[in-house]
Amino acid sequence: MAAAAEAKELNDNSDETDSKKNEILRARNDGMELSKEEKQRLRKEKKQQKKNKKDDKGQPDNGMGKKDKKPLTAPSAQVTTQVQQPVVTQKALSASPVSEAPAPVDRPAKSKAELRAERRARQEADRASKQAKKGESAAQPSVGKTKAPPNELQPVVKRLPEHIQADDPEVVKKLAKKLEKQQIPVRLDYGYKVSLFSHLHQYSRKAPLTQQMSIPSTVIHPSIVRLGLQYSQGIVAGSNARSIALLHAFKQVIRDYSTPPNEELSRDLVNKLKPYISFLNQCRPLSASMGNAIKFIKKEISNIPSQCKEEEAKSRLQASIDNYIEVKINLAAEAITKFAIEKISNDDVILVYGCSSLVNHILCDAFKKERKFRVVVVDSRPRLEGREALRRLVKMGIHCTYVLISAVSYILPEVSKVFLGAHALLANGYVMSRVGTSQIALVAKAYNVPVLVCCETYKFCERVQTDSFVSNELDDPDELTVTRNGRTQLKHWQSFHMLGLLNLVYDVTPPDFVDLVITELGMIPCTSVPVVLRVKNVDQ
Amino acid sequence: MELQAVVMAAGGGSRMMDLTYSIPKPLLPIGNKPLIWYPLSLLERVGFEEVIVITTKEAQKEVQKLLLTETKLKPDIVCVQEDADMGTADALRHIQQKIKTDVLVVSCDLITDAALHEVVDLFRVHNATLSMLMSKAHEFTETVPGQKGKKKAGEQRDFVGVDDSGKRLLFMANEADLDEDLVIRKSIMRRHPRMHIKTGLVDAHLYCLKRSVIDFLAENKSISSIRGELVPCLVRKQFSKFSSLQKNKEEPNQNMKKKDNHIASADDDLLELALNRSCWNDHRGDMCGAYHGGKLRCYVHIMEEGMCYRVNTLAAYIEANRLASKLFEEPAIHPSAVISERSVVGSDSIIGTYCQIAEKASVKRSTIGASTTIKEKAKITNSIIMNGVTIEEGCNIQGSVICSHATICRGADIKYCLVGNSQRVEAEGDQRLP
Repeated sequence: MAAAAEAKELNDNSDETDSKKNEILRARNDGMELSKEEKQRLRKEKKQQKKNKKDDKGQPDNGMGKKDKKPLTAPSAQVTTQVQQPVVTQKALSASPVSEAPAPVDRPAKSKAELRAERRARQEADRASKQAKKGESAAQPSVGKTKAPPNELQPVVKRLPEHIQADDPEVVKKLAKKLEKQQIPVRLDYGYKVSLFSHLHQYSRKAPLTQQMSIPSTVIHPSIVRLGLQYSQGIVAGSNARSIALLHAFKQVIRDYSTPPNEELSRDLVNKLKPYISFLNQCRPLSASMGNAIKFIKKEISNIPSQCKEEEAKSRLQASIDNYIEVKINLAAEAITKFAIEKISNDDVILVYGCSSLVNHILCDAFKKERKFRVVVVDSRPRLEGREALRRLVKMGIHCTYVLISAVSYILPEVSKVFLGAHALLANGYVMSRVGTSQIALVAKAYNVPVLVCCETYKFCERVQTDSFVSNELDDPDELTVTRNGRTQLKHWQSFHMLGLLNLVYDVTPPDFVDLVITELGMIPCTSVPVVLRVKNVDQ
Repeated sequence: MELQAVVMAAGGGSRMMDLTYSIPKPLLPIGNKPLIWYPLSLLERVGFEEVIVITTKEAQKEVQKLLLTETKLKPDIVCVQEDADMGTADALRHIQQKIKTDVLVVSCDLITDAALHEVVDLFRVHNATLSMLMSKAHEFTETVPGQKGKKKAGEQRDFVGVDDSGKRLLFMANEADLDEDLVIRKSIMRRHPRMHIKTGLVDAHLYCLKRSVIDFLAENKSISSIRGELVPCLVRKQFSKFSSLQKNKEEPNQNMKKKDNHIASADDDLLELALNRSCWNDHRGDMCGAYHGGKLRCYVHIMEEGMCYRVNTLAAYIEANRLASKLFEEPAIHPSAVISERSVVGSDSIIGTYCQIAEKASVKRSTIGASTTIKEKAKITNSIIMNGVTIEEGCNIQGSVICSHATICRGADIKYCLVGNSQRVEAEGDQRLP
């Protein structure tokens, strides 16, 4: 029995070696390069193989007692070895073609076929061994099978973004190396960080990144330097404003760009943009809307056909950027306003928080369309953005009340609706917005006041977050100190070593507190955000 | 390219003619380095690679040599006539063709260790038309040779008005331009109700100007000095009616408007949109948007600490010599100088190349130029000795400035005097400040 099984194994092995040989030849001819997933899978299978080898070695010693284990290990060993060998040899092979000549990038189709053929061969062998061992063990092949597929289907471990790992020295070192390669100075953290948020970066507004750069900036385009400074000093603040300013700066970069010889615009321009994006990230962490805008630009650039002339390519890019702003920001604002105005009735008392450009736009338009309502503007320190919202609304002629967030529960009985803006909408339906928004949504829920969030779809982001700790932004702690009558009480807060000032920028509101999200696609519940994201991805 | 650097080295040094009648001002030695080296090294340190130097014919060769040997900057030297009486703004007009981007204008007599990025950041962030550097003035404590008593009267004060944040420049006038009263326009007060007026500030003559200002200069040929005329003009224009109405086509006075159009910052439509959507305002309390909708903005960075000197008077020259050694890393005593062991050379003295200091000579708190010979028993305190001077035995020099190639004969006793170029002081002479 055992001999027969062994003989069969050998036969199968010889069959497999033939197919393996074919595969090896094919691989050698094509010079396939292994992707990251392949490499990880490889590593796992190597480990599996080592373990199985050890078991195998244990087999002959134990003899008959482990006979039923043998068929168990045999199919798995068989499967793994047969997976191992072609892949291992391919790895060795891919190392040599890689060293000889770079793997041709323009033949992805073939390597996919390669993978498919390999997988097919494996599955056939699997099936064959299963049929052979079917009589002996029914459960074990399934175990054997479950051992193999998880190796194939195990997903790649997602890496944490570096901006939320500020307390891990390894990550910090890697970031420093990367920035050094791009010739961008590293911005140093400032002040004592509260322990719960020590994984985030905390910068000082008085120490701009330009301190460490040469003055006529040669590495970074001047408009990007200006943009970075405007971000870090808070002159351009607010999700929409930041995205528009970013796209404007990219337009300048594209205008001043000239393709170096022997390079393609579609690839070189993307590489040129990478250090700029790192620079902007150092000045102020990128927002979700900016991230989406950057993805869009990168896609547009890489979609430029290689035979396109430089001037035409540049004008095409600039037109597409203009189009993006027009459609995703301006027209979206118009559409959202149209939907939102339906929800505003006469004699409404609307509560707004902070200064959201979209909500201000809605209210101004509603006022122009002769709706009678009044507004309660809620504000909070240290930014006191509500003052700017108040100014804009009063300038239009809208009747406004101004309170600080500490008075929100006193004013809510008068309020009929709450309109909130959003910085981003997360994939699990949570709303990420200025710190204090979740507080207002909570209190409004307690008073049964409907909460409507207005957000364009380009701010939808694939991230999932349930708390405000993991991913947030820490602003300059000195902004929290206030000077009255020439005295600043917290002037020397750094000398108290147990005292930390925490200046959070964002927080997340759970979808239970949000009644409606108004987007340009319509008025959707908060939980429909992943649907919109999926539809968007399919479109693209 | 973002900024071009221009160094103005054509000035005559009219306030220290005793020193400058023989040596052109940019080449005056301070700590044994010519005056122009200091702004050039500042520009190099900050990261500039090219510089345009405007200088006179006499100084041109020396400046060129200096630029090629001591600094890594790529020089572009423009000559102007010595007697053309060109103001700094005239000089800018002269090189209008060379200027392609925004320009950073530095005067050759600026010695400072300021952080230039502060000035340039203001220029970038607010899209300003003008951004300048000023510093709190320091009192000069040393007695100045050739001057009787403390300096004063005749010194014109500058009135500088800044807003609450201390960065926006609202008002600038010199006492000489004002009759009796200081007049502030109501439009300024309406927009910036809180203004701080400072008088004790030194203008470092370091300006970041937008490209459009050069075009404005080309059209207004009557402006000849940056400091005296251009800057006050720009500061006034911030609040003038026309500069904020530039998009209005119904204005009848098209010509005048076109001029003002040029110097106002050309904001893009998209940029406008971004700033409109942004929730930032530079002031609060009134109904206007950011910057009150004005396109022309002037900013100033006022240095609280640090060194900032303009060497345009004798007192400043002496003070600068005292402190210049802090600005460069070379050893105070040049290795090629021959100093005998029995002499006393203080640690805060600077000795130039190929000096010879004989025995029992004592040098304290002084700067000795290149190739100077100091014979035995000479005592030099608190003085500045330039190149090629011979000081005979037993001289006693205190608090004085001895220019190049002068000879001080034996036993002379000089206190608080200024000895001119190639002069000769007789033996046993007793020169004192009366």
